[in-house]
Amino acid sequence: MTDATTAAADVRELPPSETAGHAGLGTAGEVLVRSILPLVLAVGTGAIILAAIGVDPIQYYKDIWSGGVEFAAWQDSAMRTAPLLLIAVGLIVVFKAGIWNLGMDGQFLIAAAVIAGVGPRLEHHLPNAINLILLFLIAGAVGAAWTIPPALLKARYELNEIITTLMMSFIGINLAGILVKGTFQDPTTTTPQTRSFDFSALLPTIPGTESVSRRWPGIHIGLLVALAAAVVVWYLMSRTSFGLRLGVLGASLRSARHMGLDVPRLIVVSFLLSGMFVGFAAATEILGVKGYVRADWNPAFGLWVVPLVFLARLNALAVIPYVVLLSLVSIGGDFAAQNAGLTSKFTLLLVGLTLLFMALTEWIVRRVELGGSYLPGAAARRARGGE
Amino acid sequence: MSGPTTPEANGNLAVELIEITKEYPGVLANDRISLTVRRGEVHCLLGENGAGKSTLMNILSGMVRPDSGEVRLDGRQVEIHSPKHAIELGIGMVYQHTSLVPQLTVLENVMLGEAEGIRLNAPIARERLAELGGSIGLDVEPGATTGLLALGQQQQLEIIKALWRGSKVLILDEPTSMLTPQGVAELEQIVARLKAQGLAVVFITHKLHEAISMGDRVSVLSRGRLVGAIEPEELRSSTHDELQERIIALMFGGQAAQATGVAELTDEVEWHAPRRPAAAEPALELDGVTVVPGPGEIGAHDVSLQVLKSEIMGIAGVDGNGQRELAEAIAGQRSIVAGDVRLFGHSLGRFKVAQREKLGLRYVTDDRLHEGTVGSMSVAMNIVLKQIGKPPYWERGRIRNATILAKARELIARFDIRTPGPETRVGALSGGNIQKVVLARELSFDPKVVIYSKPTYGLDVKTTRSVRQTIREQAEEGVTSIVISTDLDELLDLCDRIAVMSRGRVAGVVDNGPNAQREIGELMVGGKAA
Repeated sequence: MTDATTAAADVRELPPSETAGHAGLGTAGEVLVRSILPLVLAVGTGAIILAAIGVDPIQYYKDIWSGGVEFAAWQDSAMRTAPLLLIAVGLIVVFKAGIWNLGMDGQFLIAAAVIAGVGPRLEHHLPNAINLILLFLIAGAVGAAWTIPPALLKARYELNEIITTLMMSFIGINLAGILVKGTFQDPTTTTPQTRSFDFSALLPTIPGTESVSRRWPGIHIGLLVALAAAVVVWYLMSRTSFGLRLGVLGASLRSARHMGLDVPRLIVVSFLLSGMFVGFAAATEILGVKGYVRADWNPAFGLWVVPLVFLARLNALAVIPYVVLLSLVSIGGDFAAQNAGLTSKFTLLLVGLTLLFMALTEWIVRRVELGGSYLPGAAARRARGGE
Repeated sequence: MSGPTTPEANGNLAVELIEITKEYPGVLANDRISLTVRRGEVHCLLGENGAGKSTLMNILSGMVRPDSGEVRLDGRQVEIHSPKHAIELGIGMVYQHTSLVPQLTVLENVMLGEAEGIRLNAPIARERLAELGGSIGLDVEPGATTGLLALGQQQQLEIIKALWRGSKVLILDEPTSMLTPQGVAELEQIVARLKAQGLAVVFITHKLHEAISMGDRVSVLSRGRLVGAIEPEELRSSTHDELQERIIALMFGGQAAQATGVAELTDEVEWHAPRRPAAAEPALELDGVTVVPGPGEIGAHDVSLQVLKSEIMGIAGVDGNGQRELAEAIAGQRSIVAGDVRLFGHSLGRFKVAQREKLGLRYVTDDRLHEGTVGSMSVAMNIVLKQIGKPPYWERGRIRNATILAKARELIARFDIRTPGPETRVGALSGGNIQKVVLARELSFDPKVVIYSKPTYGLDVKTTRSVRQTIREQAEEGVTSIVISTDLDELLDLCDRIAVMSRGRVAGVVDNGPNAQREIGELMVGGKAA
């Protein structure tokens, strides 16, 4: 220990750019400031906006709670968690590698349309369990396939993936619509939608969540799939050489090349994994909740999830509570907005505010750390417990 | 060591720093430092890397805020909020690393400093450039592409940028570290001119002789404290040797100076006799290697070299003459369009970085912060970063932290890396210790041929000495080395033979010896071909 203390005295003159961002705050302080403060600020500002337009904010937030949790609503919220968490997990895989896959919505919808189109035709040919697994795999493969053009363009020609994934997203959304109205159209109706799954062909519920007396419809096992995916990705990112390689690539492309990493391959693999998880997200929503796709359906879950992934610092386990919270707000938000006579888009405003305050806190924390210690020197050292 | 002085008593005080204290986590970078800078005077700030020089000047230039203490400009107390504010107050700083945009023209680069207005006023800027260029004696075409200028000229352009808004104080942070001897001489003249124009100049250096020859006043920092100052009278009245002894005594607190390598401090480097190994088989052969230049680069053209086993081959040349392109091509980070690289007789062809690594080829990059290490990762992780996925550090893809930490502890001790522990982020270490982390990684897993790119660039005396010692020891153990350096003394100190690179080509190869310095100089200016 004495060795460490004398050595510490030699670590002098830290370049300011290197001290910013990590050192400075204690771990608890860091979580509080970086991951919780933005939420608090967003809720606070949301309340001010609500009050300004003549809606009682306390009632509004109460309505979110009752619409998202009370009676059977908590089950809807729990089921909403499944696709959101799977998308979050998929984003973590790419963001960790410093790749901006922003085409989640296209990947999601095209996967959803394909399995909603194919699924009802497969019904009853195969045992239900095999059928469901097959559809999950198809959804994963379609989602992954949709990332291939941006992945190859980035890996080979260093083309900016933000642009290519967004373009592919538009194509995916519209192509999904075309498929639903064309090839996959339910012939028995004029509404542009796919055939519905047979109720018995959908995902089974988690035992014990179904209760007729309490009017619980039951939570489908997609939630368990999502939680398992989060654990797997957390393990992959934090304990394996693959996760470390992605981390090096995300930290610095130059370093990755210098260390001899196969950069193009890493880019393609992380894209494919990301698209696969987004495809799984679509599968849970279609096979667990919707049972069909209508041509005008686009839940646009992707952009909701982005801020959460960063709030959780790209940690697949830490993102779970945020996703649960968002699910609750997105389910309860509809109810609250209806009661308050607002559009349900108001929930998106809260998400946007969270993102804004996240950026602001980040900026302020950096400035403060550049300018001087956040806490007085000695206190800061005590707070960190001597590292 | 001047305390607060009233402006009336001393009208020529430009800057007063009073009891400045700045603490970083675990490190007291500046401990109640007080010093003054006067108009028409060059104030040398001397100290090893990590002594607190840069922190002190970053406080003055608004990059860093002090925890306590005050700054006075022209006798008035000021709070410097930001680098922009510092410029408005008349403080210009030239950083060690260039802030110029290489793709832009000279004129565009100086106009970037212009804060007011949206429209850029080229004619006025052109006039100002000519005026400032005249005052420091720099004559460059305003339309020239900045990246193509010689390094010395780029630095002079930085000085012009710093003076653009009418600075009264100019801070030069280690300005000679990347200059050729001629460049240093030119810089000395420029500083003398600026001084004559009444500017207050702060000159940060860790080289003793520069401080003695250029400074009107020398302050010595060590471990965050001001340990002594030499006033102008004393500087004038003492001989060079007396001053040197006095400063060394200040820096090392009167300890035996020989233990700390005074020879390097004073730049008395002697050439080192070539050790020709008896069984001299070629270890690395370059045969007509050609690399296509990227933007702002020279590239490498038809480079042929033969490096013998356990030999140390130097590559001399002004920075940016294709050395990096060549090094990256050998390491496999860039593709070669013509020619061949052979390792122990086997063509490396299209082998990738990892395959070359496996064959024993190592590349110690000069960009240790952004390429050689991942700053946000721990020391331990950086040490095994090129072993990703390999046993015993990974087993079937799973990380084995205990093994990695044990290896890291071993190498931290062997390479004398000063870090609070193996789990400290590399980015929190000083430059010298980051370099030791890089060396520990490159030299610990059975290297056969090592390319060192500017291995001691920006390091302090002690670390420089230990790095050079490491390179020698490796060579003695049979490792073949290529040392790329812009510091001729370093090459003369280390190498058996020295190749000179100029405009992407090898101008010639010189045996190290008493005439080497002259011969290299001739090759550099393109005199004779060897």
